[in-house]
Amino acid sequence: MTSITRSLASPKVLLRAVAWAVYIALGVGILWGVVALVRLQGPVFFLQAVLDGLRLGFVYALIALGYTMVYGIVRLINFAHGDIFMVGAFTSFYAITQYKWGFFPAILLAMFVCVLLNVVIERVAYKPLRNAPRIAALITAIGVSFFLEYFTALKWVFSADYITYQRPFKVVVWNIKGILISNITVIIVITTVLLLLILRYIVYNTRMGKAMRATALDKPTARLMGINVDGVISFTFALGAALAGAGGVLYAIAFPQIVTFMGIMPGLKAFVAAVLGGIGNIMGAFVGSLLMGMVDVLVVSFVPMGSRLRDLFAFLVLIIVFLVKPTGIFGEPEVEKV
Amino acid sequence: MRRKFSIPSWIPTVLVAAILYIGVAYARAQGKISPYWYQVAQLAAVMAISSLGLNLIYGFNGQFSLGHIGFYAVGAYGSALITKDYLTKWSGNPVGALSWIVAVQIGLLLAFFVIGRMRLGALRRKMRDALSEALKPGEIGIISAIVLLILAAAGLAIGAGASYGLHLLLVQGLGRLVAITPKPVMEQVILFLALLNGGTMAALLSYLVGLPLLRLGSDYFGIATLGFAVMMYTALQNSDMVIPTMKGARGMVGIPRWTSWPWAFGALVFSVIVMRNLVRSSHGRAMISVREDEIAAKTMGVDVNQLKTLAFTFGGFFAGLAGGLYAHLYGFLHPSTFNMVKGFDPLIIIVFGGLGSMTGTLVAAFLFTFIIEGLRVILPQGFEDWRFVIYPIFLLLIMLLRQQGLLGTSEWGWFRAPLPPAREIPVPDRTVVRQQPAAEKES
Repeated sequence: MTSITRSLASPKVLLRAVAWAVYIALGVGILWGVVALVRLQGPVFFLQAVLDGLRLGFVYALIALGYTMVYGIVRLINFAHGDIFMVGAFTSFYAITQYKWGFFPAILLAMFVCVLLNVVIERVAYKPLRNAPRIAALITAIGVSFFLEYFTALKWVFSADYITYQRPFKVVVWNIKGILISNITVIIVITTVLLLLILRYIVYNTRMGKAMRATALDKPTARLMGINVDGVISFTFALGAALAGAGGVLYAIAFPQIVTFMGIMPGLKAFVAAVLGGIGNIMGAFVGSLLMGMVDVLVVSFVPMGSRLRDLFAFLVLIIVFLVKPTGIFGEPEVEKV
Repeated sequence: MRRKFSIPSWIPTVLVAAILYIGVAYARAQGKISPYWYQVAQLAAVMAISSLGLNLIYGFNGQFSLGHIGFYAVGAYGSALITKDYLTKWSGNPVGALSWIVAVQIGLLLAFFVIGRMRLGALRRKMRDALSEALKPGEIGIISAIVLLILAAAGLAIGAGASYGLHLLLVQGLGRLVAITPKPVMEQVILFLALLNGGTMAALLSYLVGLPLLRLGSDYFGIATLGFAVMMYTALQNSDMVIPTMKGARGMVGIPRWTSWPWAFGALVFSVIVMRNLVRSSHGRAMISVREDEIAAKTMGVDVNQLKTLAFTFGGFFAGLAGGLYAHLYGFLHPSTFNMVKGFDPLIIIVFGGLGSMTGTLVAAFLFTFIIEGLRVILPQGFEDWRFVIYPIFLLLIMLLRQQGLLGTSEWGWFRAPLPPAREIPVPDRTVVRQQPAAEKES
C-alpha cells in the first residue's frame, strides 16, 4: 500500500501523467477539429467534400506516378510531365469532338500519343544529358515544358484560348442520402484503380519491372548485370506518359475546361504529392496524391476564402511534412555515405 | 621567385564597367536608344543583381533553391509600399509604412536576439538530462518543445512591444525629417530607404525560411523553396485582404517610377563588390567547401548550417534589392510577375552563365534580358507568339552543347581571386622518404 502511494507521488509517474495529458490533449484537439468540421456544415457536406477530394486525388495520383517513377530512376524532376498531361487532354478533346470517338478509344489514343511524345522527348532532350550535371537536365526539362506550352498555344496548333471540353458520355448523378455521386467519379476511380493495378503488375511481376527496380537501385550495377538501362529509362518515361495521358483525359472530364497552360498547377501539385509520399515510392505517390486532393477540396469547402487560398495550404502541408519527416511519408531516410 | 609585372586586375574591370555605364547613359542623353531599350538595360541590371544572389546560394554554396522569386517579390512589394505611402499617404502619414516596416524588422531582430540569449539548446539538453530517467525520448521531445515554444513566444512578445514603441518614435523623427528636407532630395532618400528595406525584408524572410528548411537534402530543399514561392504567389494574389493598397490580383499601381540607370547600375556595382568580397573571404571559401563536399567541410570544422544560412540570407538580400528596383522601374506590380515560370529566369541565367562564376552570371543576365526582349523586335509581324517557342529551343541547344555554362566556374579580371605570391616550400629529400618503409619492413 505504501509503495503505491510513494510511486504515485514520485516525479516519474507525475511526469508520465503530464506526457499522457499532452498526448490526450493533442488527440482530443484533432478529434475536435474533425467533429467541428463535420458540425460546421453537416455530415453530408463533409462526406461530399471528402468524396470530391478523393476524386481529385485519384487524378493527381495518375500524374504523380509518372513523376515519382522518373525521379526514382534518373533523379530528374521532369517539369515537362504536367504538359504531357495537357497534351493528353487535348488529344482526347479532338478525338471526341471532331471524330466522335467514344471514351475508351479516346483515352487509349491520348495515352498512345503521350507515350510517343514522351519517348521522343526523352531521346532528344534528356538522353544526351545522361552523364551531364543534373542541373543541365533540369534546365532542359524546364525548356521542354516551356516549348510544349507555348508551341501548343500557337494559333494553328491548339490555340491559347480556353476551350470547353465535351464529355463523351452523359453525366448521371446519383443521390445517396444527400451525397451526390456522379458517374464521372465512378469512372475516374475505376480507371485509376485499373491503371494502378496494371502498373503494379508491370513493376512487380514482369521482367521489365524487375529491370526498372534494379536500375532505380543502382544504375552501373544494373548495366553490368546485362540490363539495357537506356531501354529501361525510355520504358519508364513511356509508362509515366501513359498514366499522365489518362490523367489528362480524366481531369478534363471532371473539370471540363482546357487550355494549353492547364498542366502547370496540377503537375506541380501532383509532383508535390509524389514528394509528400516519399519520392521514388509508388505507394507513397498514391497516398500523397489522395492527401493532396483532400487538402485541396477541404480547404475550398471549409476555410473562408478557401478557393483563393488553396495553393497556399497545399504547399503549407508539404512544408509541414518536410519539417516532421524530411523525406516524405513513406520515404526512406537519406543515408550519408562518406 | 620574382613576380612578373602585370596590370592590376581591377583596372580592366573598372574600365569595362565605366564603358558600359557611360555608354548607356550617353546613348540615352543623345537619344540614340529609345526609352524602351533604356528600360531594358535597367532590367538587365536588376536581373543581374537577382541572379548574383541565386548564384551565391546555388553556385557557391550548392543549395538548390527554386524559391528565389519569392524573395524578389517580397523586396518589390515591401519597397513599393514605402514609396507609395510617401506619395499618397495611404497610411495617414508619409512615413507611416516606412516606420512600421523598419520597426517590425528591428523588433524581430531583437526577438531573435532575446531568444538566442535564452540558450534554448542548452536548456533543452538540461531538460533532456533531467527527464531522461522518467520519460521516453519522444515524450521528452514533446514536453521540451512545448516549453521552448512558450519561451520563444515570450521573446517574440518582447520584440513586438519594442517594435511598437520604436514605431511611435520613428513616425515622429522621420516626419520631422520629411518636413525639413527639400522634396527632390527626400524622394531619393526615400527610394534609398525603400530599396534597403526591400533587401532587408527579403533577407530577414530568407533567414526565417532557411532556418528550418536548409537542413533538408538538396532536392528536397529545392522543392520546399518552390513551395515557398508558390505560397508567396498565392499570398500576393490575396494581399488585399490584409493591406488593401497592395490590391491583390488586380495589381499594385501608382508606384513612383524612380529607378534610373544610375540607381540600377549603382546597385549592381554595390552587389558585385559585396558579393565578390564575400566569396573571396574565408567565409566564402568555407561556403565553397560546403558546395564541394558537405561532410568533408564538417570534418574540417566548418559550421555548415551557419554558412548555409549566411549564403541564403545574403542571396535573399540581393533578390529583395533587385525586386525593389524592379518595382520602381515599371511602377506596376502584379502577382503574375512573380509566378513560377518567371521564377526559373534567375536559375536559367546562372546555369547559362556558369554555376559559381560571377562574371558568367553578369554576362548571362545581360545576354538573357537582351535576347528575350530582342526576340520581340527581330521576329516579323504575326510571329510574336513564337518568342517563347524559340527561346526554349535556344535553351535546349545551349544545354546540349555546353553543359557547364558559358564560363564554367572561371572568372575574369577583378573577380578572380588574387593568387598569393609563390612561396619557397622546402621539399623533403625524396630518397630518404622512399627508403624508410623498406627499412621498417626489415626490422
